[in-house]
Amino acid sequence: MAGKATREAYGEALVELGAVYEELVVLDADLSKSTMTAKFQKVYPERFFNVGIAEQNLMGIAAGMAAAGKIPFASTFAIFATGRAWEQVRNTIAYPGHNVKIAASHAGITVGPDGASHQALEDIALMRVIPGMTVLVPADARETREVVEAAIKHKGPVYIRLGRPAVPDIYGEKYRFKIGEASLLCDGDDVAIVAAGYMVHAALSARDILAGEGVAARVINMCSVKPLDNSVLLEAASTCKAVVTAEEHSIIGGLGSAVAEFLAERHPVPVRRVGVRDLFGQSGEPGELLQAYGLTAEDIVREALEAIRSK
Amino acid sequence: MDSQELASIASRVRRHIIRTIHQAGSGHPGGSLSCVEILVALYFSQMRIRPNEPEWEDRDRLVLSKGHACPALYAVLAERGFFPVEELDSLRKLGSMLQGHPDMKRTPGVEASTGSLGQGLSQAVGMALALKLDGSPARVYVLLGDGEVQEGQVWEAAMAAAHYRLDNLTAILDLNGLQIDGRIDDVMSPLPLLDKWKAFNWAVHQCDGHDLDALTAALSWADGVKGAPAIIVAKTVKGRGVSFMENVADWHGKAPDAEKTRAALSELGGAEVGR
Repeated sequence: MAGKATREAYGEALVELGAVYEELVVLDADLSKSTMTAKFQKVYPERFFNVGIAEQNLMGIAAGMAAAGKIPFASTFAIFATGRAWEQVRNTIAYPGHNVKIAASHAGITVGPDGASHQALEDIALMRVIPGMTVLVPADARETREVVEAAIKHKGPVYIRLGRPAVPDIYGEKYRFKIGEASLLCDGDDVAIVAAGYMVHAALSARDILAGEGVAARVINMCSVKPLDNSVLLEAASTCKAVVTAEEHSIIGGLGSAVAEFLAERHPVPVRRVGVRDLFGQSGEPGELLQAYGLTAEDIVREALEAIRSK
Repeated sequence: MDSQELASIASRVRRHIIRTIHQAGSGHPGGSLSCVEILVALYFSQMRIRPNEPEWEDRDRLVLSKGHACPALYAVLAERGFFPVEELDSLRKLGSMLQGHPDMKRTPGVEASTGSLGQGLSQAVGMALALKLDGSPARVYVLLGDGEVQEGQVWEAAMAAAHYRLDNLTAILDLNGLQIDGRIDDVMSPLPLLDKWKAFNWAVHQCDGHDLDALTAALSWADGVKGAPAIIVAKTVKGRGVSFMENVADWHGKAPDAEKTRAALSELGGAEVGR
């Protein structure tokens, strides 16, 4: 299950798809070696723009380039893309519906030793609330490549959430992703685990542990956090006893909130959210942090069993 | 078009501004009146545009970064033929194509959605970069407010424009000296402006922002600048043309009542509140 970081897959996808889509341009704010847009710069220097440490300007320039017909990918760390430049994204990119793709790396607690200032745990919430913004959270390298192409083909603003550390491969070459469609990784009728990003891997481990205890868990990869796959959620809610969400993000405003909001209105079932519980992160190794903040397969298992019991 | 004709258009535009803001019951007359000649010089003399084909690929573009001055832009676009003059009556009304601040998706001829200050120059830089990449002959213009340059993002964009040597980009700074809370140098001085833009490696020119000949000459000068972006610092009077609004910060964002509207229109050469 050797894998690579979604940010690395992003850089490779830009190089591959840059050959196909001539309008594709890439912008970065002095983090191109970390976001991996440097891979694109190496092959297409004339279509790469490093705007320096100026994230607000990064978003504005991307909007202007989209207005003139380009398909800009704007990359920096997730905390700066969605936090520092939120109002630029809202007013200058999303309000006019510009065709800008914000691909932000170093999202979540697995940023690790850099600590809380650089660990975006609020980015999904901040992007999801903006009208017309599509929010995609790929789980592995293959899905990242698919997400990048889907974003190019989609007309309008898209937020792509990428991680720092290598993550295990889940999908093979044949996998195809569509915006608004979840991927059902395994079936089960006792509990549905709805996960995104790195936590899809944890969800699969949780499923194995639950199977050992005689509990059949269905695992749904909700890479398309916005728009959600409503039909997959409705089906899960009507078949399973409970739903558990899992994300490397605050439980406030992210995937868990999106799922809970939808099910509360359309098909109420017990819902438990695995995520960061209204806290800032801290320095540490990714594995230590996932454990310290309750983002492991064991945490998903515990919540799943409690959710089933509460039915 | 000679400067007398341009002046008479400017006069009509001022009447539209007063009348439409009065009808809307809110809006920003002061900073709209200060940039009338700048916009008239751009749209009736300088810019290559096709009002009947607003999305023509090789058109010059204007980003109204000081978006609150949109009553002036709307009036100029209507006078130039982008949409019927009657449409101006719908300013700030529910469902109108003329929003309280510019919405490029609704209004033909509006190139950027602005109003949140400090963000227009970045968009203009992006447009200029993309046009250069495509080898387009089009120029990009951006109109900045003098209070607006207190926003840090303006200087991020200024740095980028010079770094990329965007000589297809011309900025015009409407230096009317006032912002909502008072004089710019009392609130938070952005002065000296010429030195700042020079230090950011822009070609800098100063002129009287109400002198149409001086403005058209300045815009031609900017065309000729090579290897750097150009900025025209246009000295203007906030509320220009209406004696009781001139140089009064209070008229930044306040609609005139019926009596004040009549007085203003009479000064501007048309006594009627209606068109």
